[in-house]
Amino acid sequence: MQANKPENFYQNVKDALAQPDLKMIIRRTTDKAEAKRAEAIANFPGFENARKQGQKVKDHTIKYMDHYLAEFEKNALAQGTIIHWASTAEEASKIVLDICRQHEAKKVTRSKSMLGEEIGLSHALDNSGIERVETDLAEHIIQLAGDPPSHIVWPAMHRSREDVIKLFREYHKDPTYSEEIIDLVRSARRDLRTKFLTADIGISGSNFLLADSGSSCTVTNEGNAELTITPPKVHIVTAGIEKLVPSMAHAIPLLRLLTRSATGSEITQYITFHNGAKRPNDADGPEECHMVLVDNGRTKMLADGMEEMLRCIRCGACMNHCVVYKHIGGHAYGSVYPGPMGSVLTPHLNSLEVANKQTHACTLNGRCEEVCPVNIPLPKLLRSLRAQSWDKKYEPLTNRFVVKAFAALAKRPMLFQWVSSCGVIFMKLCSRKGWIRSMPLAGGWTRNRDLIEPESKTFMQQYKAMKKAKSDGA
Amino acid sequence: MSQEIINADVKGAQSNAIKCLNISEKKVGLFVTCLVNTMRPTVGFAAIKLLEDAGCTVDVPESQSCCGQPAFNSGDDEGTRQIAYQTIKQFEAFDYVVVPSGSCAAMIKKNFVEVLKDQPEWLARAEHLASITHELLSFLVDVCDFEPSGVELEGSYTYHDSCSGYRSLHVYEQPRKMLANVKGLDHRPLHGHSECCGFGGTFCVKYSDISNEIVAEKAENVLATEADYLLGGDMGCLMNMAGKLNREGHKEIEALHTAEVLAGLAPQILGGKNASK
Repeated sequence: MQANKPENFYQNVKDALAQPDLKMIIRRTTDKAEAKRAEAIANFPGFENARKQGQKVKDHTIKYMDHYLAEFEKNALAQGTIIHWASTAEEASKIVLDICRQHEAKKVTRSKSMLGEEIGLSHALDNSGIERVETDLAEHIIQLAGDPPSHIVWPAMHRSREDVIKLFREYHKDPTYSEEIIDLVRSARRDLRTKFLTADIGISGSNFLLADSGSSCTVTNEGNAELTITPPKVHIVTAGIEKLVPSMAHAIPLLRLLTRSATGSEITQYITFHNGAKRPNDADGPEECHMVLVDNGRTKMLADGMEEMLRCIRCGACMNHCVVYKHIGGHAYGSVYPGPMGSVLTPHLNSLEVANKQTHACTLNGRCEEVCPVNIPLPKLLRSLRAQSWDKKYEPLTNRFVVKAFAALAKRPMLFQWVSSCGVIFMKLCSRKGWIRSMPLAGGWTRNRDLIEPESKTFMQQYKAMKKAKSDGA
Repeated sequence: MSQEIINADVKGAQSNAIKCLNISEKKVGLFVTCLVNTMRPTVGFAAIKLLEDAGCTVDVPESQSCCGQPAFNSGDDEGTRQIAYQTIKQFEAFDYVVVPSGSCAAMIKKNFVEVLKDQPEWLARAEHLASITHELLSFLVDVCDFEPSGVELEGSYTYHDSCSGYRSLHVYEQPRKMLANVKGLDHRPLHGHSECCGFGGTFCVKYSDISNEIVAEKAENVLATEADYLLGGDMGCLMNMAGKLNREGHKEIEALHTAEVLAGLAPQILGGKNASK
């Protein structure tokens, strides 16, 4: 499947809605996620406090980003880690490729990293002729299918079990002919195990970067991050600079929020803190460790007053609870990051001109903010992007004209009242048996639903008449 | 009569007197909203009746228009400011401003201050307006301690909690509490009661097809309750859900604004509808 482009959002939405099973497939995952999260939160009485604490940790670190980045670099260097700074996506993936070339790497294993997707590392590796092995089960599935991810936690959620059976039979060396999930998992395991042990370089993302120790934390359920990082000679971490927290003590409350908000579990199977290359007495581990710290629009977000978005810990709860995401799925957004958080991030990673339509594809119902573990005011941020987009005149002219005409009327109440009463007369003319089935200028509404027939006169007309009758009577 | 009962009686009379005294001081300005003004004036009259029953003096400034949501949600901050200025001027002198819609009330309470944050004088006035503005159903319960009496409606209702009212203004218990006093009316809980219906103001015309998918699902949930009435506190959401239900041919359920039911106007509305069919 070819990746959609963010600028083609209208067409992407059309395509998504035309897929008959897509909604059912999405709901299978999001409904479960929603229920499990609700249960986990109900069993965690300290959730609200943890949320405030998590928000504070993130806000503090973001506020003193320069200090903590310097501290992180100092401590990582002391561990022997080689630090690279990348200001753009291209720069970041070039740094990774250069390291691969230096080591003449033929095969690299990767554990799931959205930042890796953000900087286009998959394509860069594929184009350079290096064999890329995705080791996260879901990433493995979409690599075989050639799909972009459709969710930040479950990138293969758009694929059904039937799809997976077909893919595994086609691509695995020793495939299973069983349709049981456990056998499918074993099939993937057989395929991946040898690759884990023969890779030249392991590339991982990071859930948290700890400033006081220079270490990186990964959170997985499959243990694939550990197997990606430990056997190869070289380990490369790619991480956004917003992953920084002051210390492990600060990462823990965020971990408690992350796992519950993402999958509804109290903790994942594997949480590992990686401390650079192998030391003289270590039994195993990489001989060399690189960390690529990526800005790619993050400091600009800070400068543009979007710092609240930098709190995001990539749990995916906002999209699991988003009525729009649940109907159009992740691919329609045309970005690595879909849903509410994606609609705020994409304009910064790409450009607002290209990704402004997504900011309008939201009813501003506030559910995403309600479930966000670090209280990101997503509707407010989306609205402020709309305001920026309005100022830059990115909206279609007709939309601008309608809104401007409406606002011009609304600031002249008497004229507004008069136009309203004309509107009522017009609507009455279009009504039959209490309903309007279609009406000029109202196609957006009547394409999919009827409009109730209004009363003969507006409230104001009736109210004025009533008041006059009263005063005449008196 | 025992001393205890006498004391309780005196206490009750005192608290009633205090209540009456306070209530008589409530001068309320009704912000009608565009949708009530054009599509459903009955809701406005229901609001006036309920507020008067709750002891308020109600005035409806004739020079009012829209709360500015279409401009605000489209990102037109300057347009929103122009609307905010005149709304503030019209309503700031009241003791309370009451709005029969959660989203319009939230706009005045929460968003005027956002667009006026760089204009100190207007900001102060917007903050004052925000402090006196209330959504109708929550105002009746939280401020007036109002309980409807003598209202009857045979049947069952299900309730859709509109997003702005529910999330921004915490309207949830108040309508249910008042509806519990309507004789003959049962509550049928709605699965996903606080999930968006897909209206979203301009969203439903800009992204009509996504909105349609969302409201179709909402309609399914509503029908599954087998209730006779679909109630809510926002005309936009009610029109969206009712419009979808009607398009799909479901005449077995009627959408009504909660104020209409509480004011005892439901039989009149339903009778009128049946006559026009």
